[in-house]
Amino acid sequence: MTKELSKPELLDLYRQMVLIRRFEEKSAELYSEGKIGGFLHLYIGEEAIAVGACKALQPGDHLLTAYRDHGWAIARGLEVRRVMAELLGKATGVSGGKGGSMHLASAEHHYWGGHAIVGGHLPLATGVGLAIRYREEPDAVLCVLGEGTTNIGYFHESVNLAAVWKLPVVFLVENNQYGMGTEVGRASAVSAIFQKGCAYDIANRQLNGQDVLEMHEAMGEALDYARQNGPVLLEALTYRYSGHSMGDPERYRTKAEIEEWRTRDPIFQLCDKLIAQDIATQVELDQIHHAVEADLSGIVQFAEESPEPEDAALCEHVFVNPIPHR
Amino acid sequence: MARITFREAISQALREEMYRDERVFLMGEEIGTWGGTYAVTRGFLDEFGEKRVRDTPIAEGVIAGAAAGAAIAGLRPVAEIMTINFAFLAMDQIVNHAAKLHYMFNGQMRCPLVIRTVGGGGRQLGATHSQTPDVVFAHFPGLKVVAPGTPADAKGLLKTAIRDDDPVFFIEHATLYQARGEVPDDEDFLVPIGVSDVKREGKDVTIVSYSKMLQVALDAAGKLAEEGIDAEVIDLRTLRPLDTRPIIESVRKTNRMVVAEEGWRAYGVGAEIASRVTELAFDYLDAPVRRVAQAEVPLPYNRRLEQMALPQVADIIHAVKDVLYIK
Amino acid sequence: MAELISMPKLGFDMAEGLLQEWLKKAGDAVAQGETLAVIETDKASVELPAFRSGILLKILVEAGTSVPIGAPIAVIGSAGETVDVAALGLPETAPAAAGPAVRETTPTGLAPEQAAEAVAVEEGRLFASPIAARMAAELGIDLRQVTGSGPGGRIIKRDIEAHLKEREKAPAKAAPAPTMPSPSFEPGMEGYTAQPLSPMRHTIGRRMVESKQQAPHFYITMDVDMAAAMELRAQLNAILPEEGKVSVNDMVIKASAIALRQFPKINASFAGNEIRLQNPINVGIAVARETGLLTVVVRACDLKTPVQIAHDARELIGRAREGRMKPDDMVGGTFTISNLGMFDVEDFCAIINPPQAAILAVGAVKRVPLVDADGALAVGTRMKMTISADHRVTDGAEAARFLQAVKAALEQPMRLML
Repeated sequence: MTKELSKPELLDLYRQMVLIRRFEEKSAELYSEGKIGGFLHLYIGEEAIAVGACKALQPGDHLLTAYRDHGWAIARGLEVRRVMAELLGKATGVSGGKGGSMHLASAEHHYWGGHAIVGGHLPLATGVGLAIRYREEPDAVLCVLGEGTTNIGYFHESVNLAAVWKLPVVFLVENNQYGMGTEVGRASAVSAIFQKGCAYDIANRQLNGQDVLEMHEAMGEALDYARQNGPVLLEALTYRYSGHSMGDPERYRTKAEIEEWRTRDPIFQLCDKLIAQDIATQVELDQIHHAVEADLSGIVQFAEESPEPEDAALCEHVFVNPIPHR
Repeated sequence: MARITFREAISQALREEMYRDERVFLMGEEIGTWGGTYAVTRGFLDEFGEKRVRDTPIAEGVIAGAAAGAAIAGLRPVAEIMTINFAFLAMDQIVNHAAKLHYMFNGQMRCPLVIRTVGGGGRQLGATHSQTPDVVFAHFPGLKVVAPGTPADAKGLLKTAIRDDDPVFFIEHATLYQARGEVPDDEDFLVPIGVSDVKREGKDVTIVSYSKMLQVALDAAGKLAEEGIDAEVIDLRTLRPLDTRPIIESVRKTNRMVVAEEGWRAYGVGAEIASRVTELAFDYLDAPVRRVAQAEVPLPYNRRLEQMALPQVADIIHAVKDVLYIK
Repeated sequence: MAELISMPKLGFDMAEGLLQEWLKKAGDAVAQGETLAVIETDKASVELPAFRSGILLKILVEAGTSVPIGAPIAVIGSAGETVDVAALGLPETAPAAAGPAVRETTPTGLAPEQAAEAVAVEEGRLFASPIAARMAAELGIDLRQVTGSGPGGRIIKRDIEAHLKEREKAPAKAAPAPTMPSPSFEPGMEGYTAQPLSPMRHTIGRRMVESKQQAPHFYITMDVDMAAAMELRAQLNAILPEEGKVSVNDMVIKASAIALRQFPKINASFAGNEIRLQNPINVGIAVARETGLLTVVVRACDLKTPVQIAHDARELIGRAREGRMKPDDMVGGTFTISNLGMFDVEDFCAIINPPQAAILAVGAVKRVPLVDADGALAVGTRMKMTISADHRVTDGAEAARFLQAVKAALEQPMRLML
């Protein structure tokens, strides 16, 4: 597997995961300082999924995610400093400061958000798939959701419709074992989420979400399949070290469990693999860590020094063609 | 009498009613193990067990719908929709089913359901997590809609709602949970649904409000008093059915009214109350009714922009001076 | 080319008109001079003729609506033309705005719901809040006497309260009244029937108050020997057809016109710091209607014979009585004659029609006893006329000489035929 990607590519995957990890840790700091408000859902521990999956996406492919989206935005290629600026609510943010952490987006990258209503983006993803088929384009849609989302009505309706119309949508479930505090077995009749694909007779597969290379390979396969045949349901098993969001007292799981998952940390896994296969040295990997730190300073500085949105931004973009109340 | 928080008041109401009637049970997302996203049901799972404190999947439609079904079958469920923003996912079950079952089947079914939910903005949670769409639910005959603004009203109204045989949509406010107030200890302390309350007597202007904006209105009244303007503040407490009697009496006295709400102005609570006052107290008006409400935009994440969009004390003061023709 | 039809000014103090009735509808063909609509002013209903032929393309003001003079009420053009709202200078229906109109001057959460509507103060219209109107009615306060401090001159509660305070202050300033037993009857205690003022009544009242308050009236009565005039009238009417007969008033009009030629200062108007000696001699005739008094104007009386005057007067009075006046019927008067002779009135004093300088009040022609040149008792045919004149414009001697000229023309009635 590692032979399919070149060394620079592999090192870049590593860099991205480290960047996302550090970005998230930094965001947590800034949140504690009051510079980031609202909700903050961290991706720490799940980096391999976004990085591996986005490596397989073509530029024309489309992406929709839930609200745990910083890693996805960075992996998809959005300007990282503008993602940080969005968290700080600045005018230079990817959503002009008006969306915040849960509503990152980039039309240029075909990233149609960052959505806060659980399952709310699934019908949208199905719709994008419809447009692709309608215009007979070769693109595919990657729709990312949590395992809790597979229990909401939108999941059934969206997957079913994508299946009936054979739309090119890959539904990727990031199963990090917990809805906010509800363990997957208590919420879902079927805990092996990928099996839900059988209900719609669609291709489905369970993956090791901690393995960035497996994610890359599986996603490439799934996207190709979807382009030709219709929807795919993937389940990536993973874990989040942080709480559901900042301020989560985490009474629903044990410290031991967290520690156990840390032994399968995705970044360490890749690190170990690269070294074991003589693809990179510890020194090279350490250099990457240093470079990321340096980049991160610049990213935070840019965000902090960016201006606040103008007052007029409050009323902008309510309508494309505004018509005043009379 | 005890001085407790809004959160404690709601907890107490739930606990007391669960002890009083074993048909009362709770269902919703994260209410058991997590203890409720606003910590209202912390400890309840241990105290009452899984049968009566049920964590559900993320599935608002079936949360509201199954609760309605259980109600028809004779239980008295209190379902929680984590925030009012998610209630739209359950809209059909609430307004097409729970609200209409008693009517459509000519009284053969009752739906003694309480749906508790939380609304309001001001915490930078973005457009889809910060709404105050109370009027949308108040629009439907068959659904009682309650929105308390004080701990005492919260406790008394929730107890009444649970004992009420009609479906009640009970709206709490995210930033009121810490507010403190005097609450009677009596386990049968009830506040009637469908009765507005004069929270502050005055003679110069009538300010009508409810929920979080009640606090903002009382703050404004305090500031106005320093300038010699004596405001009467009326708390709606219930949106449907609406009690305008104290409002009409008040307008007859003051000749002018300001309605303050956190939702949007267009088609809002103020629109309804201003209409009723025009119908019932036209000859007593000295100025058009003024409405203080949220700017007509989805609420933005940026803190400053969000505060600009939300109605503030200064806006109420401005509106009061306007109806008093004070520059 | 489409053109606008606007609410015409049908009287010098007309501020607005009520579009009573459209006689044509959008799409109808219209000939020049044909009546388009009936306009109601506070004096009368007047027909509005089309000033050009064409198709009535669009009606802008519905029947029953009041608009200020000059406001567009319809569009006339050629068949098949579309109405270009902007080119005609009609106001856009949507006020231009850059974005959703949310806030203007206020900081947060407050939209200027009132700022968007400009409360236009229209002359003659009162704006009062409901409570102010009610208080005024209950306290017997005339809203027209109250100054409104609200937007657009709206009368609000505190204006009524202030007015009340002033009213109560006034008696307090006077010397303490001698103690008197209070009457056992209060005004209005025995009940009354309220009759709201019609706009016409309102206007007549306003103008007469204005006239009496501003023009210093003086009055001169003169007796006229009408024997010769009545004889001439009989001769004329013997040869005139039924609908063309000359009345006493027609002859008085002609006589006045002749006299006004000689005394231009009576055919004048007061205009603040100048006296305007009017060129034409247009005599207004007061016409009584159920709804009130109005004045129709016979133009160029000095250039018309009594027969012509009779014809015009008959037409005008006829239209006035039917409420079908034309725009020109009531404007342009330079002098007015009011005749109560048909009610057996001997003499009376009329109030000047502002801004004219004078008005002539004419009594009945009566058979009266008199003393002739030889000191013997005789029977004469006499008529009294009283001029009310504005002392800012003329004086007693001139007014008297004017009256003498009228008298002379009536007593030597052949002059009327010249």
